[in-house]
Amino acid sequence: MAAVTSSKWKILSRLTPYLREHRARISLGFVSCLLTNAFLVANPWIIKYAINGLEESVTREKLTYYAEVLVTFTLAQGFFRFWMRHLLIGVSRDIEYSLRNDLFRHLEKLPVSFFQKNKTGDLMSRATNDLSNVRMLVGPGIMYTANTILTAAFTVVLMLKIDWRLTLVALLPLPLVSYSVRHFGRHIHDLTEESQARLADLSARVQESMSGIRVVKAFVQEDFEIAEFDRMNRTLVDKNRELIRITSVFYPTMQFLIGVAVVIVLWYGGRQVMRSEITLGDFVAFTVYLGMLAWPMIAFGWVVNLLERGRASMERLNYIYGAPPGIEDAPDVVSSIDVEGEVEFRNLNFAYNGVPTLRNISLRIPKGKTVAIVGATGSGKSTLVQLIARLYNAPPRSVFIDGMPIEKIPLHKLRRAIGFIPQDTFLFGETIRENIAFGVESASDAEIRRAAEISNILGDVEGFPNRFQTIVGERGITLSGGQKQRTAISRAVIRDPKILILDDALSSVDTYTEEQILHQLKEVMRDRTSIIISHRVSTVKEADEIVVLEHGAIVERGTHDELLRRDGYYAELHRRQLLEEEIAVSD
Amino acid sequence: MQDEEVLGKAYDSRLMRRLITYLRPYRKFVAFAFVLILFDSALEALFPLLTKVAIDNNIRQADVRGLTMVALGYLAFLAVKFLSESLQTYTLSNTGQKIMYDMRMEVFRHLHTLPPSFYDKNPVGRLITRVITDVDVLNELFSAGIVSIFGDIFTLLGILIAMMLLNWKLGLVTLAVLPLIGLATAVFRSKARDSYRRVRIAIAKINAHLQEHLTGMSVVQLYNREEKSLLKFDSINREHLDANKDSIMAYSWFYPVVEILSSVAIALIIWYGGGEVIQGSATLGALVAFIQYSQRFFRPIADMSEKYNILQSAMASSERLFRLLDTKPALENPRHPIRVQGRVRGGIEFRNVWFAYNDEDWVLRDVSFQVKPGESVAIVGHTGAGKTTTTSLLTRFYDIQKGTILLDGVDISKMDLAELRSAFAVVLQDVFLFSGTIESNIKLGSPITRDRVRTASEDVNLASFLRTLPLGLDHPVNERGTTLSVGQRQLLAFARALAHDPQILILDEATSSVDTETERQIRQAIDRLMEGRTSIVIAHRLSTIQKCDKIIVMHKGRVRESGTHQELLAKHALYYKLYQLQYKDQEIVTAP
Repeated sequence: MAAVTSSKWKILSRLTPYLREHRARISLGFVSCLLTNAFLVANPWIIKYAINGLEESVTREKLTYYAEVLVTFTLAQGFFRFWMRHLLIGVSRDIEYSLRNDLFRHLEKLPVSFFQKNKTGDLMSRATNDLSNVRMLVGPGIMYTANTILTAAFTVVLMLKIDWRLTLVALLPLPLVSYSVRHFGRHIHDLTEESQARLADLSARVQESMSGIRVVKAFVQEDFEIAEFDRMNRTLVDKNRELIRITSVFYPTMQFLIGVAVVIVLWYGGRQVMRSEITLGDFVAFTVYLGMLAWPMIAFGWVVNLLERGRASMERLNYIYGAPPGIEDAPDVVSSIDVEGEVEFRNLNFAYNGVPTLRNISLRIPKGKTVAIVGATGSGKSTLVQLIARLYNAPPRSVFIDGMPIEKIPLHKLRRAIGFIPQDTFLFGETIRENIAFGVESASDAEIRRAAEISNILGDVEGFPNRFQTIVGERGITLSGGQKQRTAISRAVIRDPKILILDDALSSVDTYTEEQILHQLKEVMRDRTSIIISHRVSTVKEADEIVVLEHGAIVERGTHDELLRRDGYYAELHRRQLLEEEIAVSD
Repeated sequence: MQDEEVLGKAYDSRLMRRLITYLRPYRKFVAFAFVLILFDSALEALFPLLTKVAIDNNIRQADVRGLTMVALGYLAFLAVKFLSESLQTYTLSNTGQKIMYDMRMEVFRHLHTLPPSFYDKNPVGRLITRVITDVDVLNELFSAGIVSIFGDIFTLLGILIAMMLLNWKLGLVTLAVLPLIGLATAVFRSKARDSYRRVRIAIAKINAHLQEHLTGMSVVQLYNREEKSLLKFDSINREHLDANKDSIMAYSWFYPVVEILSSVAIALIIWYGGGEVIQGSATLGALVAFIQYSQRFFRPIADMSEKYNILQSAMASSERLFRLLDTKPALENPRHPIRVQGRVRGGIEFRNVWFAYNDEDWVLRDVSFQVKPGESVAIVGHTGAGKTTTTSLLTRFYDIQKGTILLDGVDISKMDLAELRSAFAVVLQDVFLFSGTIESNIKLGSPITRDRVRTASEDVNLASFLRTLPLGLDHPVNERGTTLSVGQRQLLAFARALAHDPQILILDEATSSVDTETERQIRQAIDRLMEGRTSIVIAHRLSTIQKCDKIIVMHKGRVRESGTHQELLAKHALYYKLYQLQYKDQEIVTAP
């Protein structure tokens, strides 16, 4: 049993270094907690002296003295309570801060496949809700545990000191209190979980109904949807009412039981006073101690729940912390290398999720040349270029840069040499300037303008009210697909990359603008290597070599003219696009 | 725009008045609970008095019998308080649940009256937050917030009265600390509110940053942005930390200050009250009762300041909810709709229709065409020609700006919306499936017998697939139907349309490629679907086009050509080119 318990809490060992870092403050916090309670329990004792004194004609001066001591002690208690909270809860916020930073740092190391496998919503919930639960464990969880134990211990000791028989009878309801805390607690816990699950169901229902609103409207299913929602809404409310039936009795029960203890003290203690076994001051002090004990008894269940929840959340967080980065520098990287830009695939075979995606690819792209890749959706074009930037790991010794196996090049240097423009343009909700300067250490205004000019976004930007300071996305301006792509090209160009990769990155740009961009890129990329993936013949026809992929293998290669003569896939693509252009221009 | 970040006033009488209207149906319960709260507060003030009696009249007079009586009385009051408190909590929480239920229904029902254009603009996530989270926040206000504030106020009043009755001079001395408590609370509240607001903003930023970077992590990695993004995250994270530390500061001093003031009150009682006892103008029991009162007095004050946050969030949530509820549906159902005599026959006419999603960005320009009942029409055209728009106008998903659309000679904007839409079955390219079973996805909510569901699935070739499933029609479908193949989803959508037996079919053929066997099944199913009903098909299959009575060629929002396949080919114009581009290759497959 002990072994099971210890392994159950072992999950929390990830917190050890964080706790160790703040051990001085935590220790001071505990000392403050101890002193808080020491002063706290002294107060009733003073009241006891005062009452006793009043029974036997005390002087005014003595009373003043008691009052002063009382205030002084409370001042001391307040001082330490301040530090207890300030230190222990403060540490928990510091740890939360470090945990969150470390989490983000770790996420940045995880490979693309991790983000494909895990839903963003799920990761978000771990990074926010679960982190907050762990914080509650480290802060209030630990603080209240210590405080509860200390208050209970101190109080009971002093109660015993007054009279052990009175203490025993007064604490008679105690087993009942802890029984009902556990009994109610379990029920409340279970019902809360069920209610949360019903709420999640309801939320999923709303999600579906809203996402499928067109079907709902087209088939005139509004009433049905509302009826379904009604049913689930009712189920949730019924479950909540079950919970309410328990919670509305729970706290009154606690109060009642504690009240019973007070009555016992009143009756039994009162008789003890009459029999002169204890003084009236003892009696009053005793009732005050009983009041102090009430809170720890009630809080106990809450604290246990806090710790349990924190533990469960830590487990869910460990799923992220424990995920292996997968793509990292090997110990034998050649850190002195500088990337020149020659790219080569040698007999590359690559399977993604067990599905063979690339077969026996051999292709050399000399420095300064432009290679275009065409092929149907799913033919492996994107995967091929993603391997160059090591978004996935190719098998060892199958991808080479400047003759060096890619896995020998420091990841940081490799990626710094590449300007990769992915298929799905992703811009951040920042200014256009920040989005363009995204991948460089620093950029002057002139450099930003130049990059924007090359990618033909400059004109658009100048038209925005805040120009380069315009914020992109929900909080600012909504860019069109083409504008986004052109911004993404600026982002790559400003890095002055040795290797430029356009993964179908001009699909939303009209052909005229595309031609201008390609022309300007050609200037910039004169001595650089370019790899262009596209569905458009107009984009690829100027390339030094065009490669056609089909089911992960190279089926055609050559220049535009050569491939037209071959009359294969590329020639057909060309024919179709001529037609398409004809249709597009007709009015 | 950034709805979630806004944190307004803690109290807004306009919003509050509107919130109170939700209480109206339950006013009896609320009134009952209030009476109980009053009763509760009175009892709360009673217990120290009992202690006083026990000390002065029994213990100090050695009256054992009297002490037993007081103890029994105390016990009886405890029991009564237990009952009234339970009942009160239950009544109020229960009312809170009922209100929550009502509000959710109201919001959800309202959402369903809003037109598709509303959904184009509002992300689903935001709507879920309205229905789920915001309503939850208001529930907290109703079941915990308002009530405990009143409870606290009444308790304070009860104690105040008891203290004054017992010994007004001592009472006034004890209350001398009250202004200080008030001051401390005010300072605390403003500090706590400020840091609470900053924490909320920081959390919103953290979430946005996380969300963004989780989605765009590959860009971050490709552009060596890890360090910088981390630095930025660190700065937001630090904002959050700093705001929280301020809040810790506020809480750390507030509680000790309340405790200190409370012990100053006790010290005053001992010092001044003790003097009174010596003089004989106060009893020892009264002194003890005062000590107990002063302990009970400060708890509600400390509590009340915490309730402040509940109130503040509730105001923000209700503001958002009311704004949604006040969004008027743009499409109005006519007050006196024209009824179609008998069953809809299915004649459609577009008469000089102009339409734009925004302003004067015309998507359709002066479109006119006619479809006779039972006729089948294929709409073809290049991407962006306005094909899909044309079909969504028929079911009045959007209202047109100029011209008229007629169904059986009746202007559709004058018809009852539900009646109009019931005449159609729409099969969209991207099939939307709900979680449930295959049967529930075919029936949706309509009263369709299982037999008809089965016949429909036979007719569209879904049955052979169903036979491979152990549960058949009861086979579970998950959210969005991701466990089914594209082809299966298509067939399911056909079965859905057929089971609803519409007079008019609108079919947006999917372009996604499927294997030849599925292709054959889909083609057969389309034939069955079109049989004997008016059909409007946005066609991608040559076979479908060839079967249609008429082809309408759209280009840049206008109807450019119309006629049969052969007629149009002979014209050698736009259709001819489209045919060359999109359909010619299919000829090989089409040939039997």
